[in-house]
Amino acid sequence: MNETDILIDIKDVSKAFPGVLALDHVDFCLRRGEVHGLMGENGAGKSTLIKVLTGLYPKDGGQILFEGRPFTLSSPLEAAGHGISTLYQEVNLIPALSVAENIYIGREPKRFGRIDWKKINTDARVAIQKLDLDIDVTQPVSTYSVAIQQLVAITRALEISAKVLILDEPTSSLDLAEVSQLFKVVRRLKKEGIGILFVTHFIDQVYEITDRITVLRNGRFIGEFETSKLSRIELISHMLGKDPEVFSKEQEDAAMKIRTRKTSAEPFLEVKHLERKGSMTAFNLTVNKGEVLGLAGLLGSGRTETARLLFGIDRANGGKVLLDGEQINISSPRNAIEKYFAFCPENRKEEGIIEDLTIRENIILALQARSGIFRAISQKRQNEIADQYIDLLSIKTPSASQMVKNLSGGNQQKVIIARWLATDPRFLILDEPTRGIDVGAKAEIEKLIVGLSEKGLAILFISSEMEEVINCSDKINVLRDRKILTELAGEDMEVSNIMRVIADKEAGI
Amino acid sequence: MKTGEKLRNENFQRLLWPLMALLGILLFNFFFTPGFFHIEIKDGHFFGSLVDIANRAAPVMLLAIGMTLVFASGGVDLSVGAIMAISGAVAATVIRPDYVKGVIAYGEMQPLFYVIAIPLVFSLIAGLWNGLLVAYIGIQPIIATLILMVAGRGIAQLITQGQIVVFIHEPFQYIGSGFFLGLPFPIILVLMVYAATYFLTRKTGLGLFIEAIGANSVASHFMGIRERLIKLSVYIFSGFCAGLAGLIICADIKAADANNAGLFLELDAIAAVIIGGTIWGGRFTLLGSIIGTLIIQSLTTTILTRGVAPEVTLVFKAFVIILVSLIQSEKFRGLFSRRLAVKKVSGS
Repeated sequence: MNETDILIDIKDVSKAFPGVLALDHVDFCLRRGEVHGLMGENGAGKSTLIKVLTGLYPKDGGQILFEGRPFTLSSPLEAAGHGISTLYQEVNLIPALSVAENIYIGREPKRFGRIDWKKINTDARVAIQKLDLDIDVTQPVSTYSVAIQQLVAITRALEISAKVLILDEPTSSLDLAEVSQLFKVVRRLKKEGIGILFVTHFIDQVYEITDRITVLRNGRFIGEFETSKLSRIELISHMLGKDPEVFSKEQEDAAMKIRTRKTSAEPFLEVKHLERKGSMTAFNLTVNKGEVLGLAGLLGSGRTETARLLFGIDRANGGKVLLDGEQINISSPRNAIEKYFAFCPENRKEEGIIEDLTIRENIILALQARSGIFRAISQKRQNEIADQYIDLLSIKTPSASQMVKNLSGGNQQKVIIARWLATDPRFLILDEPTRGIDVGAKAEIEKLIVGLSEKGLAILFISSEMEEVINCSDKINVLRDRKILTELAGEDMEVSNIMRVIADKEAGI
Repeated sequence: MKTGEKLRNENFQRLLWPLMALLGILLFNFFFTPGFFHIEIKDGHFFGSLVDIANRAAPVMLLAIGMTLVFASGGVDLSVGAIMAISGAVAATVIRPDYVKGVIAYGEMQPLFYVIAIPLVFSLIAGLWNGLLVAYIGIQPIIATLILMVAGRGIAQLITQGQIVVFIHEPFQYIGSGFFLGLPFPIILVLMVYAATYFLTRKTGLGLFIEAIGANSVASHFMGIRERLIKLSVYIFSGFCAGLAGLIICADIKAADANNAGLFLELDAIAAVIIGGTIWGGRFTLLGSIIGTLIIQSLTTTILTRGVAPEVTLVFKAFVIILVSLIQSEKFRGLFSRRLAVKKVSGS
């Protein structure tokens, strides 16, 4: 490898926060024209490394070379000046402004001191077409999908400068087709010699797109590997710090356990011809006691819509729901909760946690809501409940009076699960409970799901990761285009089968 | 208990800066205003500047108690000043129903119950209107309550036919200028409303629900909290508090002045809530809002006793609000402490 090919060389960089050594002598090297994956669990130091690199945090020790010259940044704005752009999970665009305005905001081409709209729009069109995108640049950004918005953000980054592109979990909210569109652009940029740093939780995507992987664990540099020479199990074991064989056996055991177990055939919840116009085509579904029913399908296939209907967030236009053989009517979440239903929504931040309240309050809220305003749960009881679930789910926090916003994503998810477990539910709906959280916490949550079902809880489990659905579920309903196509159980639950059902045009008709 | 201590700590932190500001103003008076802390007992009643401040602050305290809950739920109620005017106008009209027709005679003396209850019913209806617009129709709180802020004063004018209705009604006047246990009755009324509100919000689940709704209304709905109903009740309660405040002022001046009763007091109430440390949408502290009101009132009194023209007090008020808000901002304090730290380092 030629020395001049190295764009960024991070050597021995450390960064300490009060009480934690976030980066402990970390090395990282990004070359021209490569896609470099940065992997690690939450708290491994990925985001700290990116923030040090882009000048958001000052480093405590070590050095950073940019094209062979030592350099120190004091602000993200400076980073942009050097040709380093960062794309975050949340799209940093102004929704109400047009695509073209977003691309050139702050650097509008001017004519006689006034903005040259003609030039902005033609330039934007040219820039957008470089990414094989054919959209109307005069339309507001908000009219396009998240994937297109990401591409617009990339276009802006490329227009400002184009040497290093940092992608910090850009695919979390994209579906498969959108991801492949994004990756097409990434490959093209790679050919043009841009160095791309790619951070994600999706193992599949890392193998699809990266040339090299650097693994961090607990702030320490574990190693740099060529993607083609690193097996998945090795990668995961590096991230977790566990022996690969032990780890794979643990996983297999868990999957075997659930696949071979016998569940009761006692139907708990039966749904018949439930439908909502414009949202879900009429569907049937049965969950037995102590059973995990998985919903598999692409983004927008109707998984969340199904959950919302069952929990009374959206009202059905037709069909009926039987609970223990008796017909029930669920017209609001409050209604559902009275029937001991529980729902962990997909958007943790908007629909789940209440950031500005404490962990304790977040945990007891649903229980308090069910017991009503006037039967207040005593302070003592609140603390007992909170401590019990912090223990049970091993939520990492110094105390129950911490604000929930101070927790990591995985721990916030556990708080929401704790909230519902505190209500002693009989039916638990989990919509993407493992999205955006690290491998370790994910494994814990998966284990918890199986454990809960063994205690007799009926669970509806939604996830966009098919392996996960297969590992956790007793049976799987496959969805496409707001329709439940078929049910798979036992040996039939395989990724290839699910994919075939989704791709098969005839299925379910 | 450890966690209990921590919580108290959080509450204490919130109240710390407002308390300091209040102490600062009192301290200033201790040195520069002779007799400021002097309290004497005449005919079994307490008299003195401190009692006076609390008494004068009473109407705004009532508004601030209601406003605190509205604020915590993620809204604002601009109409409270206008509701005060309506409440006063209705009370005066109940006492002298024919005054507006030019009849000077009182007729029969109205029972106290009607004089109090009818205006309060009007205030509750006004609050209900606000709450329906915000919670069930989904209008932005600032717009929804602006409607009644503007129209309410007009309604009050309609009731009094644009006249200032003066009256004499001994039992009713007690609300504005009576004494109970040696203290002016408005203070007692505030204490009662404060205690009831505290009990209703903190000894039940209601306070937490209001905070949850204000901080994340969607998540609250998903948890089965009746967020619309609670929002509605918060506005109704704010209307009720404003109605009471309107009665105090009306009974005190023995007249209903639809033009001026409660004018701009909604702004004082909002300022008091903010100074008191309640953030918009989320955590609230009733005690903080009471302290906030006391800050504003003691400041006003201080300026007046120092012989500054009343018009100028507004400038001082603005100044103090800016100051207290700045002190509460963590960013601002951080800026300061960093400066100090740098100075210490360079000094050593």
